[in-house]
Order: sequence, then structure tokens, then C-alpha cells
Amino acid sequence: MPNWLIEPDFVVERDPDRCIQCEVCVRQCANEAHEFDEELQEVFTDSTRCVGCHRCASLCPTDAISIRPAELEFRPNENWSAQAIRNIYKQSEQGGVLLTGMGNPEPLPIYWDRMLLNASQVTNPSIDPLREPMELLTHIGSKPQRLEFSGGETPQLETTLGPQLELHVPVMFSAMSYGSISYNASEALARAANEVGTYANTGEGGLHEDLRQYAGRMIVQVASGRFGVDVDYLNSGAAVEIKIGQGAKPGIGGHLPGEKVSADISATRMIPEGTDALSPAPHHDIYSIEDLRQLIYAIKEATRYRKPVGVKIAAVHHVAAIASGCVRAGADFVAIDGYRGGTGAAPTMIRNNVGIPIEFALAAVDSRLREEGIRQDAGLIVAGSFRCAADVVKAIALGADACYIGTAALVAMGCHVCQKCYTGRCNWGIATQDPYLTRRLNPNIATRRLVNLLESWAHEIQEIMGGMGINAIESLRGNRDHLRGVNLTDRELNVLGIQMAGE
Amino acid sequence: MKRIIIHEEYCIGCGLCEVHCIVKHSRTGKIIRAFKEERDQIVPGVQVERDGYESFALQCRHCDDAVCIEACMTGAMHRDPETGAVLCDTDRCVGCWMCIMVCPAGAIQQGADGTVASKCDACTDEEIPVCVANCPNEALVLEDEE
Amino acid sequence: MKSKSKYLIIGNSVAAVAAVSGIRQIDESGEITLVSREPHHTYSRPLITYLLGGKVTEEQMAYRPADWYEKSNVNALLGTEITRVNPDEHTVETADGETLGYEKLLIATGGTPIVPGNVAGTDAAGVFTFTTWDDAKAIEAYIAEHGVESAVVVGGGLIGLKSVEALIELGIQTTVVELAETMLSASFDRTASELAQRRLAEEGVQVRTSTTTEEILAQEGRVVAAKLTDGETIPCGLVIFAIGVLPATEIVEGTDIEIDRGIVVDDRMRTSVEDVYAAGDVAQARELICGEKRCIAIFPNAFRQGDVAGRNMAGGDASFEGGLVMNSVTVVDVPTISVGVTEPLDDSYETMVQLDEDAYTYRKIVLHDGRIVGAVFVGDIERAGIITGLIREGLDVSNFRDMLISRDFGLIQLPTEYRRRVISGTGTRA
Repeated sequence: MPNWLIEPDFVVERDPDRCIQCEVCVRQCANEAHEFDEELQEVFTDSTRCVGCHRCASLCPTDAISIRPAELEFRPNENWSAQAIRNIYKQSEQGGVLLTGMGNPEPLPIYWDRMLLNASQVTNPSIDPLREPMELLTHIGSKPQRLEFSGGETPQLETTLGPQLELHVPVMFSAMSYGSISYNASEALARAANEVGTYANTGEGGLHEDLRQYAGRMIVQVASGRFGVDVDYLNSGAAVEIKIGQGAKPGIGGHLPGEKVSADISATRMIPEGTDALSPAPHHDIYSIEDLRQLIYAIKEATRYRKPVGVKIAAVHHVAAIASGCVRAGADFVAIDGYRGGTGAAPTMIRNNVGIPIEFALAAVDSRLREEGIRQDAGLIVAGSFRCAADVVKAIALGADACYIGTAALVAMGCHVCQKCYTGRCNWGIATQDPYLTRRLNPNIATRRLVNLLESWAHEIQEIMGGMGINAIESLRGNRDHLRGVNLTDRELNVLGIQMAGE
Repeated sequence: MKRIIIHEEYCIGCGLCEVHCIVKHSRTGKIIRAFKEERDQIVPGVQVERDGYESFALQCRHCDDAVCIEACMTGAMHRDPETGAVLCDTDRCVGCWMCIMVCPAGAIQQGADGTVASKCDACTDEEIPVCVANCPNEALVLEDEE
Repeated sequence: MKSKSKYLIIGNSVAAVAAVSGIRQIDESGEITLVSREPHHTYSRPLITYLLGGKVTEEQMAYRPADWYEKSNVNALLGTEITRVNPDEHTVETADGETLGYEKLLIATGGTPIVPGNVAGTDAAGVFTFTTWDDAKAIEAYIAEHGVESAVVVGGGLIGLKSVEALIELGIQTTVVELAETMLSASFDRTASELAQRRLAEEGVQVRTSTTTEEILAQEGRVVAAKLTDGETIPCGLVIFAIGVLPATEIVEGTDIEIDRGIVVDDRMRTSVEDVYAAGDVAQARELICGEKRCIAIFPNAFRQGDVAGRNMAGGDASFEGGLVMNSVTVVDVPTISVGVTEPLDDSYETMVQLDEDAYTYRKIVLHDGRIVGAVFVGDIERAGIITGLIREGLDVSNFRDMLISRDFGLIQLPTEYRRRVISGTGTRA
């Protein structure tokens, strides 16, 4: 039966005066939207296949291609939106769960945009970061409640400090597994983290043998599937992160289809080639904070207490209590992933409707840990759609130690956020294992772009801090006095713990 | 000398190198006019080979021991003393195709009119050859070589 | 003795030129004397038929620029014939009775065209061989003077074919007489020969095979017809003998220098006598595929041998990797290339063939023991050199042999290691 109810999302327009029939677009579209007709010697386009990734338009040497949304309007209906109707067409046609990729695109409020930053005027002079030192160095790990010294004239530190991650920029690359992204993408993230002095995160897919050289700047993840986990893996990284949840799909597991489990991925994940890699929804050995504590300490034992061990959770209801439990269970850091966090594949309904905004989760967790007097016991990392340096500064002022970026890093590598990661046909060579597509991402270029991104954000963070009259990121952390709200209700301001603009 | 190095693992087979080579060697140097007016008259000096997912763009390697120069019966094929590039003087070429017969890379073609040999001229008047400058994935790079 | 050169080169064509550049790679200043019987600046010998056909001008005949001798610091004695080599004294004698001394000598005298002794009447005016610039000028002058309208070319090999093409250009009705069953039998297989023959016939060229000339008939001392062994008599105003060339070994005959068919040389291009080297059509060097020493009178071979000889004369260490028979010739408008063994020598050889007679396209690969030993390309010659490279390399092609004959065949199908080496551009020779 033909899919006559399924309509194209986009219309691809080709300017016949500009098209030179070079076929670059034909060769670049893995969705086969463009086709060269040998008989007519002309390129034709099937718009129904277009996912809006812009690969063809980006590479077209004459800018002959434009892509716009298909203007097939339904009768206006705020309730029955075009997307709602089309989802039903699709499901009634094909059955099954609607799948998607990347983070939540729904028009829900973005609270970063409702918080504004402070700057110095007259009474507290601003600082020029180009002339004066501006410290971004950040340490993540458990800090002691107090420091003890001995030795009078030349004091000696007596307190033993726990293992720390040392970041030159308070931005890390969030967990993206080899499998969900290509090897070249993984390599670029690892190399960029090394160059800049921050950390990449293996995700739950293990660490490829060839990437172990970069592991000193990588956080290795232990997730419910325990893929690729052994004692060498745990000890290869700079820190270990136990993944409990993910912002894009809290409460559910993951599924890497067997066809993506190539020889290389099978070796990295330590599972047979071609078998589905199923991450269960829960860790089957964790049903309580006490169970979590056992795993944390098992890993600390395995790594001889030399590496910070943290826990990543999704931002959900009662996140403050959960985070507190994690810290009390011995986590050296807690990573919280908000409901805009990205994913390689998730059920659309879950991604769009489960979880809470990271801004609220962060404010609540930081406040709660402070109230309980355990904030210093763990670093606080936040994730879930950091789009720019200002988002990072606001998060740190709200109480975070550092941010994870996933989507922003992928965009730096060329991602156009077309949300088709789950198809495995990423035209930009990122979210794919197809050897025809993975070579499109030259890790040298991708590394360079990631380094540029982090360095430019670092400069911007320094500029913003300088404007505030702050010369060390330590002084910004949790300094909510530098944030003011706009377009927020009293209740929202209260949860965020900030004042209204003008106050 | 500088040499175009082929990193075939990063070639995406797009063919932009060929496109820009054609433009570079067109009369107008304007992409749309070059293709609409002269497409059939220009054989690009770089050609993409494809086999399954693998591909690479190949232009004359300007070999150290260029067998095409040895085989050229007219002396048309010669090494440019300044750049080290292997060039074909089309005024002297008579289209005997001895160069095509011996080039182990298969990097010399018959020109569009079939009378003289056509090959990469290394864009000696450019700082960076156009195939290198326009490769979107740095599969072609210009490297200094002793 | 008039002078003693460090390097003395007899000859002025490709092997001699290559030898000069080979010497200069190693020895920038050692005195080089180059002696040539012909008076011309070094010229491209294969272009003589193009010159006759009016396809190139006299200016375009130069194989190297006008200042080449000067820039290469070569003392060129043009129009000087050497009559004798005295290896013991390290001297040569000129026709004028002068003696030239050398430390290292290169004999690159090329070949002498064959005129069969058993054909009567070859001394008639209008009977030519065709291997030099002067031959081209003489033929051109004869045609103009006597208003030649028809010609017979004896020999259907490469020189014969190129002669025919020049005569077609001049509007002369031409008949080719070939002793073998097909034209170009030395370099082509039967199919390719027949395609070539058919294309020539379309251009109005008459071809007579399995026969040869018995007698040249003349009137008033000028050729009027050629009588064939099969009884036919072909009226013509011009006869060109293009049967082949013999190595021009005369000047060393009677010395200790070993001569077989040509002057026998080793892989360093040394003759049997110390300090005497030979290269080009006069030399008999190792053939790549069979390993025997053979005379292979082709252009690239001469260059390579000259280069190797020059380098070794200057104290270098170069080695000839073996000659390979190959030819590239365009039949009217159909380009053809043939390399190596084009017909199986016995049952142990395999062939792969692709033929489109109407389009004049033909590809053939000859394999032996998992390796390519020869190939023929007619019509579609693109990328033929890749196959030549594989023949030279002796690469085992068993794993991808089916690809070889495909039109899409390219470097990409070759083993990674080999293709990496080729595309590195640092050198293709083993």
C-alpha cells in the first residue's frame, strides 16, 4: 500500500539557472533525495526523502539548492497541529513507537533566556581579561570540609585531598558512545578535550583501543548494559561516571541495533558482533541509594581511590533528594541531565514529555546540597542543551561547577540538528557507522573546530566575568546575586533562587 | 617541492575537486558559465575514483622519476624547473599517447578534442591548487616535501 | 689526437639526450662531447612522418630547446660521422680522419633501415626508406617535383603505418604491402590488427597482406610500379620501404665489443669492453618479461637506457629494470596501445577480452601465472598506463583480475600498498 498519507517535511528547490549538473548533491545525500537521470542528463529531486540536513545545499558549488518547509497547510488548529496529525498518520501506517533523535524541540520555556547577567558600573570596577589574569581553572571532585595545616612558619597541608578533575574551561563533552556516533567523531572529541584541557566522555559504549591514548582526558562511563567495562577500562580514564539516567529519555534504557555492532564496536563494547546492544532501563544491581553506594565503592576500590567516581542522573521530580542521595552514597560528582538533553535515539513521546528543565533542577540541587552542608562533597555538572557561553555562565552562577555539551559539540562538527540520528544515515558522518558516511568527518577538521569552539567560549566567559568584576570562576560559582529574572513568576524565581530584574 | 597529498580515508567522493578544476581551466573562470559553455571542452586534471564506499581524487603525481617525460617523443612533457611540476606543452604535443601508455597512475587523459594530452598543471599560478583549496574534507592537502 | 673528453657520446637522439641528462645528474661539469652524423639539432625522430604529413612544422621538430646543448654544457659535433671505435686506445675516428679520445664512451647510433637485397630495382628514383629528417625532406621534395599521386608502402609495421598516415594527409592514394597475414603483427594481436586494417580501408588505403614486393618497376630511372610476389603489379609514383631497422653496429664491428643482433649490454648498459656503453636501438639489453637480451627499438626504452648509461658513466649506480615492448599509435583517428605479450605463447597463458567492433573499441589483457604480461587497447586507451605499471611491477593480480578488463577499472581496485606507492609520487620503480 502506498504511503500516500505521509507528506514531505521539506521542499527542495533547485534553481535551474544555477544548477550545473555536477551531481555533488546526488553523491552527498544518503537518503537518496537527489538522483541523476542518465537519459536526460539531469538531476531530479524527491523531496519526500529530504530530512533537512542541508548537506547538499552546503556542498553545492553554485548555491543552486534551497530547502524550505513543505507548505502544505492543514486548516489551522492549535490543538491538532500538523505534527500531531502527521504522527498519527505515521503510526497508523507503520505501527510502533515514534522514534527521534537529538533534544526536545518543543516550544517549552527556555529559562536561560529568562535570566540575565550582571555587570559592574562605577562602584565595583570591571576587569579587562586581555590585560589581567582571568582564572577559569575548575576542579571537580570531593572537597574537604576544612583544611588542616601543620608547621607554623612554613605551613604544610595535612588534609588529604580527594582525586580531582582539572578543567581549563568549565565545559566538557557529554557522554556520546562509540556506536551512537562514529569513530571519527569520538576521536575528535577525545583529541579536542586533550588539546583544550577538559574532558570527553565515553558514553556507555566502552573505549576503543586506539582512543586509550587520549583517556587521560576522558571520563569513562559505566551504564546499565556495562558495555566495554573491565578493570582496565575503569583505570584508563580520568574519572568514572555511573550512568543512571539521561535527560532525553529518563527511565528507559537504550538499544543499539545489531546491524550497527560492527567488528570494531563489538570489540569495544565486548559483545558479539551483530548482536543488539541492549541497555536495560535500570541497573539490575541498583534498587536503592545503598545499592548505588556499593557500586560507587566497588569502582573506587577497583581504581584504588585514584579517580573521582560520579553519578549521572536525569533531571526529574525530586531531583534534589536524588542528588543528595548520590552524594551521600559517595559520588565525587553528580551530573544532572535536563529534559532538553540530546540522544542518538529515543521514543518521541518520552523525549518531549518526560523530565524537568535543567535550570530548575540545578537550582534545586545546589540549594539542597548547601542546606544539607554537603555541597563541597561533590562536584556538580549540568547538561541538557547549553547553546552558548552565556548559558554556561548562568549555570555556574546558579551553582554548577561545569557544564556538559553534546549537541553544541556535534553542531561544531557539522551537525544540522535534523533529528535523524536514529536512522544511522547521518549525512555529516557523525551519527552513523556506515563507512561511506563516516569518512565525511575528517577528525583533524572536527578536532580543530571543537577546539575553536571551546576556546571562543572560554574567551566569552572571561569577557562576561570581567564585566562583572570577577577574576576567577570560583567567585562566580553559586553567586546567584549575579542573576536576575525576567518573564518569571514569583514561584519560578523562588525555585531558581534569584531576584527579579530591577530588584 | 610541494606535493598534493591524497588522504583517501577522508575522500567523500563529492567531486568538487573536478568541478573547481574545470572552472579554473575555463575561459571565464566563472563556475556557471564554465559549465554551461565549456563543460565538454575541458577534461579535469583531477578525477575521482570510486569503488563502493571508498574513493579518492587523483591528479598527476608529478613523480620524481616521471616516466611520462621519458616516454614523450616530442619533448612536450617536461618538468617545470621552478615548481618541479610535470607539465605538458600542448603546442609541442602531437597526441601520440605514449604518456598515457606509461603513466602508472593513469593520471593523463586525452584532451577534450582528442589531439593533445591533458593533465594536471598543478595550478602553478595559484598559491594552493584549486582541488586542494576546495576539498571540503581536507582529503587533498598540499604538503612540503624534501 | 684532437681532444680527449671525459664523456663521448655517439648519437643525437633520445638515448644520447637522456645520457647527457643522466651524466649531468651526477657530474655537473665533466666535459661531454656529442657526435652526430646528422647535421640537425636534436630532433624528435618519430615526428618525421608528422613533418611529412604537414602536422608539425620544422620548429616543432626540436626534441629539446635550442639552447639545450649549451645549457647542458655539451660540446656538440653535428654533421660528424664516426667510422671506427678503438676501445684499446679509448679513441674513435671520424670520417674526416680525426681522432677523438674519451674516458667513457656511449654508443647510441640507433638503427639502420632495412632495404631487402633480393628486391630488384630498389635503386630507382622515388624509392625511399624513412627514418630521418632528411628522408622526410627528400620524400616531400620528390612528391612535389613529380606530382606523386599514388604510393606503395612496403611493411605494415609502425613506421609503415605512420608513413601511410602522412601520405593520406598529402592526398596520396596508398597501398600497404605486408608480408605477414595482418598489419602491425609484431605489436598487435589479430583482432586489433584487423580493426586497424578496417579503419585504414575506410580511409581508402589498400592493404595487401601475405605478400611482398618482388621488383620495383621504373621508367626513365623513376619508379612507376611495384610488382608483388603474388603477381600483382601496383602502379605508383613512390615506394617507401618500412620493413624495420637493424641496430647500427658498423662502427664497432671488428672490435672486442660483443655484438649479437645489437651491441650486447648488461643491466648497467655496459658493453663487453670496459668504459664503453651502449643504449637505445643499437643496444641489446635484457627484456623484462622473458629475461633474455633483445633489441627493443622503442622510444621510452631508449630514454631509460640512455639515462642509466649516463648515470653509470658518471660514476652513479643505476640499473636498467628491463625493456618492455610497447607502442602507442593512432590509426587514422583510432588510438591504440599495445604492451608486452599480446598473443598467448602457449596454453598456460590466459586472456580477457572485450570487443565492440562497431565502436572500434577493444581491450585485451594477457595473463600468465597470475600476472599481467601484455595488453592491447584499441579505441579506449584511457588509463592504459595502470596496466603497463602492473606489467612492469609483476604484481599478482589473481585477486582482482576480473576487474582489469572493466571500463571502470582504476587504481582504486588495486592492492592498497601498491596504489599508495603509485600515488605517493615519490617513484614507481622497484
